[in-house]
Amino acid sequence: MMIDYGPDAIILKGLDGSNWRLKDYETRAGYQALKKILKDGIKPEDVTAEVKKSGLRGRGGAGFPTGLKWSFMPRPFAGPKYLVCNSDEGEPGTFKDRDILRYNPHILIEGMIIAAYAMGTAVGYNYIHGEIWAEYERFEEALEEARAAGYLGRNILGSDFSFELHSHHGFGAYICGEETALLESIEGKKGQPRYKPPFPASFGLYGKPTTINNTETFAAVPYILREGGEAFLNLGKPNNGGTKIFSLAGHVTRPGNYEINMGTPFARLLELAGGVRGGRKLKGVIPGGSSTPVIKGDLMMTLDMDYDSIAKAGSMLGSGAVMVMDDTTCMVKAAERLAYFYFEESCGQCTPCREGTGWLYRIVHRIEHGLGRTEDLDLLLNLADQIQGRTICALGDAAAMPVRAFVKNYREEFEFHVAHKRCMVGPGGYSTSPVNEPLAMAAE
Amino acid sequence: MINLEIDGRPVQVESGATVMDAANKVGTFIPHFCYHKKLSIAANCRMCLVQIEKAPKPMPACATPASEGMKVQTNSEYAKTAQKGVMEFLLINHPLDCPICDQGGECQLQDLAVGYGAPASRYQEEKRVVVNKNLGPLISTDMTRCIHCTRCVRFGQEIAGIMELGQAGRGEHSEILAFVGKTVDSELSGNVIDLCPVGALTSKPFRYTARSWEMSRRKSISPHDGLGSNLVVQVKQDRVMRVLPLENEAINECWLSDKDRYSYEGLNSEDRLGKPMMKIGDAWTEVDWPIALQAVAEGLKVVREKHGAESIGALASPHQTLEELYLLNKLVRGLGSGNIDARLRQVDTSADGRLAGVRWLGMKFADIAGLQSVLVVGSTLRKEHPLIANRLRQAAKKGLQVNLVHVADDDLLMKVANKAIVRPGGMVGMLGAIAKALVEIKKASLPGDVATAVAGIVVSPDAMAIAQSLAQQAKTAVLLGNFAQHHPQYTMLHVLGQEIARLTGGTFGLLNEAANSVGAAAVGVEPGKDGMCAQGMVRQPRKAYVLMGVEPQQDCYDPVATMSALRAADFVVSLAMFKGAAAEFADVVLPIAPFTETAGTFVNAEGTVQSFNGVVKPLGESRPAWKVLRVLGNLLELPGFEQENINSIRGEIAPDLQAFVDARLNNTISGVKVDIPAASGGIARVAEVPIYAADPLVRHAPSLQKTADARMARRIGLSAGLAEKLGITTGMDVRVTQAGNSIILAAAVDNGLAPDCVRVAAALAETAALGPMSGSVSIEKAAMAAAAD
Amino acid sequence: MSTSALLSDAAKRKIDRELTKYPADQKQSAVMSALAIAQDEHGWLPNELQDEVANYLGMPSIAVYEVATFYNMYNLKPMGRHKISVCTNLPCAFSGGVDAAEYLKSKLGVDWKELTADGKFTLVEGECMGACGDAPVLLVNNKRMCSFMSPEKLDKLIEELK
Ligand SMILES: Cc1cc2nc3c(=O)[nH]c(=O)nc-3n(C[C@H](O)[C@H](O)[C@H](O)COP(=O)(O)O)c2cc1C
Ligand code: SF4
Ligand code: FES
Repeated sequence: MMIDYGPDAIILKGLDGSNWRLKDYETRAGYQALKKILKDGIKPEDVTAEVKKSGLRGRGGAGFPTGLKWSFMPRPFAGPKYLVCNSDEGEPGTFKDRDILRYNPHILIEGMIIAAYAMGTAVGYNYIHGEIWAEYERFEEALEEARAAGYLGRNILGSDFSFELHSHHGFGAYICGEETALLESIEGKKGQPRYKPPFPASFGLYGKPTTINNTETFAAVPYILREGGEAFLNLGKPNNGGTKIFSLAGHVTRPGNYEINMGTPFARLLELAGGVRGGRKLKGVIPGGSSTPVIKGDLMMTLDMDYDSIAKAGSMLGSGAVMVMDDTTCMVKAAERLAYFYFEESCGQCTPCREGTGWLYRIVHRIEHGLGRTEDLDLLLNLADQIQGRTICALGDAAAMPVRAFVKNYREEFEFHVAHKRCMVGPGGYSTSPVNEPLAMAAE
Repeated sequence: MINLEIDGRPVQVESGATVMDAANKVGTFIPHFCYHKKLSIAANCRMCLVQIEKAPKPMPACATPASEGMKVQTNSEYAKTAQKGVMEFLLINHPLDCPICDQGGECQLQDLAVGYGAPASRYQEEKRVVVNKNLGPLISTDMTRCIHCTRCVRFGQEIAGIMELGQAGRGEHSEILAFVGKTVDSELSGNVIDLCPVGALTSKPFRYTARSWEMSRRKSISPHDGLGSNLVVQVKQDRVMRVLPLENEAINECWLSDKDRYSYEGLNSEDRLGKPMMKIGDAWTEVDWPIALQAVAEGLKVVREKHGAESIGALASPHQTLEELYLLNKLVRGLGSGNIDARLRQVDTSADGRLAGVRWLGMKFADIAGLQSVLVVGSTLRKEHPLIANRLRQAAKKGLQVNLVHVADDDLLMKVANKAIVRPGGMVGMLGAIAKALVEIKKASLPGDVATAVAGIVVSPDAMAIAQSLAQQAKTAVLLGNFAQHHPQYTMLHVLGQEIARLTGGTFGLLNEAANSVGAAAVGVEPGKDGMCAQGMVRQPRKAYVLMGVEPQQDCYDPVATMSALRAADFVVSLAMFKGAAAEFADVVLPIAPFTETAGTFVNAEGTVQSFNGVVKPLGESRPAWKVLRVLGNLLELPGFEQENINSIRGEIAPDLQAFVDARLNNTISGVKVDIPAASGGIARVAEVPIYAADPLVRHAPSLQKTADARMARRIGLSAGLAEKLGITTGMDVRVTQAGNSIILAAAVDNGLAPDCVRVAAALAETAALGPMSGSVSIEKAAMAAAAD
Repeated sequence: MSTSALLSDAAKRKIDRELTKYPADQKQSAVMSALAIAQDEHGWLPNELQDEVANYLGMPSIAVYEVATFYNMYNLKPMGRHKISVCTNLPCAFSGGVDAAEYLKSKLGVDWKELTADGKFTLVEGECMGACGDAPVLLVNNKRMCSFMSPEKLDKLIEELK
């Protein structure tokens, strides 16, 4: 049975969970883009140009134009250069890369080979989140298939282009999703982000020029080279080209991944997921992963799902993790759990994050448990300001933004907790809306 | 060159410089903790956040590259807010009990908190508590105070060359520690105490003995190795409490070796002499100065009358000051004897009289950074000159090719390009081979005798590789270490080293053993044609001996022979700081003042003259040696002992001491016929001077004697092959026998040691019984030996 | 150089395979997988084992310790035969993640980081596993992920592992 990723799917199109092997991928026009490039001897810079034309922006969170990033790589360059894929998907709410890895690994491999060709890199690594071990093993298997078929290794498909690709697993550290922490981790160190500059394009893995992209970013590349950047761009809207996979979680009827064209209204996306669970009222949405500011329900219903629209509304499309919250949700409890997460995951390197995230959490925790003080709300906002923009990496911002947004958008709930030492929306807990068992069963 | 503005003041910096560099250049202080000019940039404390025009957020000055036209505000409201925010975060988990903290009064956090801290804390939660760690005898920890700047970790990785400390855990729970059960054993470890901006890492020996503001800070010079580190000696009530580095980029930079830092403990040792002592009959008793001095004058006069002046010999420690050595020399020669020497561990003096001048490094320490290839011959580098080793380590990182000829392959914690590990007897041959290889490569020629000497040698791949390295680089040097200077064929090593340097157009130099080796030679404390060297005076025993700063069992090439010569003598006077074993050999002991209790001068290996003043009063009735010698001179009715003060002595040596020394520095040996001894068989003794046994003062410093280095020095190292043959394993007690004398100590198999060698340190009471610092030995399991008896 | 006592030859062969992924002068890159391999063999990472890994990869022991203590999934203490990590992060919490955790706590009679009396189970709180759509999700011994863990399925799992 085909998995329903929505009508617009191109990356996740035609997948049933078992047709992940190389031969299956080839029946889905797999590796044709690569063959075309090598056969027609398309020049590397033209490949990059095509990606630029496509308007593809980084799917890992920052939304940085991919073609532009590729053009930062020094070429020619004496000595090794590296290509790295970021499959350390750990931003709460995000689970799209996992589906690419387990159901369509070869689209990522092809994307990386093409990228390597464009940037003239001979070695690549795919850094896979430690918790998804089965996916790591499947990817290793897919790599073996690709090597055997001559898509990887020396003189790919008889050309003079060689590229070797390996996978490297994490082992439980969200921060390794940050690109320079990820590089440190591949080097066998703690995942502590590097101060930038220098940027990876000049000083990356083992100190060599390196380009890092997200799994979904690479997965979009074969389509772009096969159908043309124009075609990809037109799927979405200017400066927001192509499709985007959104991971819907929280209070929706059918949680899961949905690949839709950039610019699709949120209302439509919610519909695909069967609407708010139990038909309840939409209270708020975290539109791009736990680090992006929460948006109130009514406003969210008016927005389109693309980088610029969400940014205009004061939040970020981020990694495309959409967390839906219904009217039974305790926003203080929700903020507490996210604050706890960033406190737990801070690498501990720089002062504002190491000391600040714990402080933020302890205050929200206090409020949630009826020990809050009136002045706490402003203290939270002030501490968020003291952390954001003052740290080595963006985890500091990631910790500060949600807290600030929750307090600003749902201040009355926080004040109620302080004043009445209990929850405003119900008996407490995350929410009172029942989990849908039927779905769980259906997924068997 | 880049132009930018710091608080409106224009400044020019090299491209690649940071905003912090620019601020330093205009003398603008930007608060910081993790930044240190000698360490890599971590940018983790965030205290140095500043405002930069057009930047969307505050930027860390330490890590932000300066760029053209940049406008930086270091204490605008905006910058201050950011800095205060960071300070608040730093303080929420930091104990605010400065009054009981050992760092109180010299704490960067405390100082900055005054300017950037808030009056009352907004943090209502409990503070973090971190358990302390045992890092060994030198460093004490109070980990709850740590602010995670990682300076100590970076120091290990980048300067000491070995990562002994790390930051474990993550986030708020991360803590600095050594691997479970390990201590910090680097010979440079104490520097992390200076680097730690708070009271997390402090000095264990110093702990809680004084508050920084109770002590006065006085400048001095280290009396130990050939570097002559500049010191700040901290004094409270006429007692030396602590020693810190005095920054001198040309010499010790901002570092100190642990030896320089902790040896002060010896100054307050129980074993210090407080009063003159003398043997009356068989009784050993304290006496007043006049009596003791009279006795010395008498003793020397009598011997001179009965046996002639040449029957008097003087042995002086090269750790004594220039002024003291000068006066001793004057006194001995005044008595009519030419028997005086400070090269107590040098056995091969065959070059005496053929040496053009005073032996020295041949260059400045700072020049090491510019070298491209160096050959170090016979040196335990790290233990012998820890900070010179560090200069080589830093240079090696920038491409210097380090080549070694030595008897042991110790880990120098730096990249070594080529090494030839040979038996002591093979060292001369190896240098010959390198010279021969160079002749081939360079199409050059050797002096006749050298040419014939090396004719028979086959050039090994090692020798060729080393020759290549030296031949291919423009800036090269050949350096002889202490082991080479103590070697029975030292002169050959010197002459061949000099040849190699000539063939490569490089510098030739010595890593002089002691703080004043160069000074001693410069003021003539070396036998002339008419005199005997240190070993000569032992082989042909004298009737009277004058010792200055010498502990003959530890400081001489052959403790056994030296002790028996002294015991047999009619009269022995010892000017010493410590009682030691004086009772066994001396008739009179005169308590003299160590470097902290007298003014003096040391001339280091690069020939730099460094004078200093006493920092405390002499202990008890001990007196500066120069005063003692002056009085003796008078009692002996010798001319020219009227010096009023230290300056009159200096003036007498030369109006300009530096010029005086510079004029004499010259390593050239000429007119020595080179012949290369056939390598000897048997089991060879390798006797090095352990880092914490080199001189009387360091031997009396208890904490240093508790270190891993001190422990390991008391093990007997065996070549792996030899150990296997004899079935000896590490930890086993073994008996080593040399020329009929034996000792028993625990063994340690040493994979890096040349074949059929046994490593028994010199300069230790435990090994003195073996005698000479070189020769062949036999070794067996102690148990077996016992059975045999 | 301590001679290996804990690290089996099989484990070393696995580590050698990982080493082929990285440049010859970058052996340290294999430390994460080496520790994971070692942990699979021993259930946790005693210091001696970390020391052996350090020697095998030619890196300072403290650098290995830094890694072992930085990443969550390494066990620095002995664990029950089955370590069960339940994700309680927000997205999962919205779909029963916390309820599942509570159910397991009462069923096994332990709290977070505790070991069951029979020494079989240790329960730990997990962070986002990148599978929020399948909530409630949990991991058995780091590597086996179980999805949609309703009370019934939790009962089944515990039965199976007992
Ligand atoms: C704390 C933190 C966590 C991150 N986690 C991820 C992640 O799990 N996956 C990812 O692709 N990018 C993550 N990023 C973004 C990466 O740093 C990087 O921007 C991205 O991988 C670049 O790829 P892209 O240009 O294709 O988006 C994270 C960034 C931060 C600051
Ligand atoms: S912001 Fe947090 S996670 Fe990022 S480097 Fe600083 S401490 Fe580490
Ligand atoms: S001094 Fe710049 S961040 Fe610490």
